[in-house]
Amino acid sequence: MSAPLLEARRLSVEIGGKTVVDRIDLALAPGERLAILGRNGAGKSTLLATLAGLRPPAAGAILLGGEDGSLLAPRSAALRRAWLGQFQSDPFGSSVLETALTGRHPHLGRWDWESRHDAQIARDALRSVGLAGMEARQVHTLSGGERQRLAIATLLAQEAPLYLLDEPLSHLDLNHQMAVLELFAATARTRQAGVVMVLHDPALAHRFCDRALLVHGDGRSLSGSVDDILTAGTLSELYGHKLRQLEDAGHRCFIPE
Amino acid sequence: MPSRRRALLILAVLTLSTVAGFSLALMAGSLRVTPGEVLGALLGQGGSGDIALQLRLPRAIAAFACGGLLALAGALMQVLLRNPLADPYVLGISGGAGVGAMLAILFGLPLLAVDALAFAGALGATFLVFGLAHGDGSWTQTRLLLTGVIVAAGCGALIALMLAIAEEGKLHGMLFWLMGDLGQTFTWWPALLALAASLVCALPFAREMNLLARGQMQAQALGVAVDRLRLVIYLLASLATAASVTTAGSIGFIGLIVPHLVRLAIGNDQRLLLPASALAGGSLLVFADTAARTLIAPQQLPVGVLTALIGVPVFLFLLSRQPK
Repeated sequence: MSAPLLEARRLSVEIGGKTVVDRIDLALAPGERLAILGRNGAGKSTLLATLAGLRPPAAGAILLGGEDGSLLAPRSAALRRAWLGQFQSDPFGSSVLETALTGRHPHLGRWDWESRHDAQIARDALRSVGLAGMEARQVHTLSGGERQRLAIATLLAQEAPLYLLDEPLSHLDLNHQMAVLELFAATARTRQAGVVMVLHDPALAHRFCDRALLVHGDGRSLSGSVDDILTAGTLSELYGHKLRQLEDAGHRCFIPE
Repeated sequence: MPSRRRALLILAVLTLSTVAGFSLALMAGSLRVTPGEVLGALLGQGGSGDIALQLRLPRAIAAFACGGLLALAGALMQVLLRNPLADPYVLGISGGAGVGAMLAILFGLPLLAVDALAFAGALGATFLVFGLAHGDGSWTQTRLLLTGVIVAAGCGALIALMLAIAEEGKLHGMLFWLMGDLGQTFTWWPALLALAASLVCALPFAREMNLLARGQMQAQALGVAVDRLRLVIYLLASLATAASVTTAGSIGFIGLIVPHLVRLAIGNDQRLLLPASALAGGSLLVFADTAARTLIAPQQLPVGVLTALIGVPVFLFLLSRQPK
């Protein structure tokens, strides 16, 4: 049994002096998918960035592939996990292919230029998010949804075994939402990748994840398998709005009262 | 698709334009020198080509080095601040240098002291801005930019004060220094050395700079040691600017416009953009300085005025042919 891709031990996260996540333990095995849900401002993104090692935890430790994340060099951390942020901005402009190629950075030496092999990986990643044929387009001519898919392609080109996705579905229309979730489900299944995603739709979380972590934003949190934890009761309390649960063909659906 | 071959090709073309700039600079002037005479002097045969080597070559090298330094510093500042409007002077470095130089001229100090005080002023402003912006350890781009702009404004006020109280006879020298002038250049080699050194130090980080330009968090997630990289860029850009300002005063425009010109022509890959900007900035300043000393000879124009007059139409042309 290999080490978990991601492990959090007694992890606490603070935002502006307020503890939003209090001493949680978490382990993600290869092939597992975890959803993080919570209200706006509950600290989901901050928690995800902390898990990625992009900001220091208030307390506790994070292990990436069994090694302490705070001791890893930035480049070797980038070979162990890929992180999708909520905002992309390019003040200087660049082409779609160039942007996807930035995902290859951790694989290249200081003086290396991207090879044909790297370009092929980037093109394959673009194809898998439905951006084939747009390689030469300037990024600022893309729509919001296309940019989001480009960011996901860049992430895929990074070829890390662990994906940390902050609202991967933002700006996406319904069919691309499903396509992206299917894509990461397939990556988890065939390549044994681990996926952690911040989602806003508990039904999609139930359908595409194995486990869920509910973050209340006041230090309380709850985690477990999606079947146990994504219920009308827990979610109504999480969002502070009464929800009704429906089931159809094994899929759960939550309707606001 | 970025490739090393394309980069080398573009750099070769820019090197040719640099050679053309130097040839023109050596031949043009109140005493015209033929290409044959220049070659003869280069081969050590003496003759009228000597004037080209002894008077014009050092000035052309200084112009090339300063232009290169400014363009490089501008490109670095634009990445550091993630702001296309950033130029080498945006963080108050030229203001600091200006205060030092004006003080030296005001007290009638020799040329060497003007350079020394200008350099000290540039470094002083650099550390002042960095210290203030870095105060709590978390320096954001906005804070750095604001601190720089404020320090520059303070320096501007001091310079205006010194201009107001200066004697008539010193005003001309002060104004030329402020507009940028290669006629008063003390020596050319420190600037050239600074250009070579800053290019050598910046190029290994060029691909990381590409990522930094896309955002700090993204760069960090892709394996860039962001804090170290930003410190490296800040120091390199500051030293490059200080070296140029010390050599030739504050020549405007090159640092802002050349990186954009190059970016519009060849894209925003820093691995190519940094050396290409240095070459393009260097040759542009060589051309401009040649024009500055020959257009209405024997009188000389401030070269900073000419760089703007050449740069603006070229820039607008490139901007208009950019695909939408």
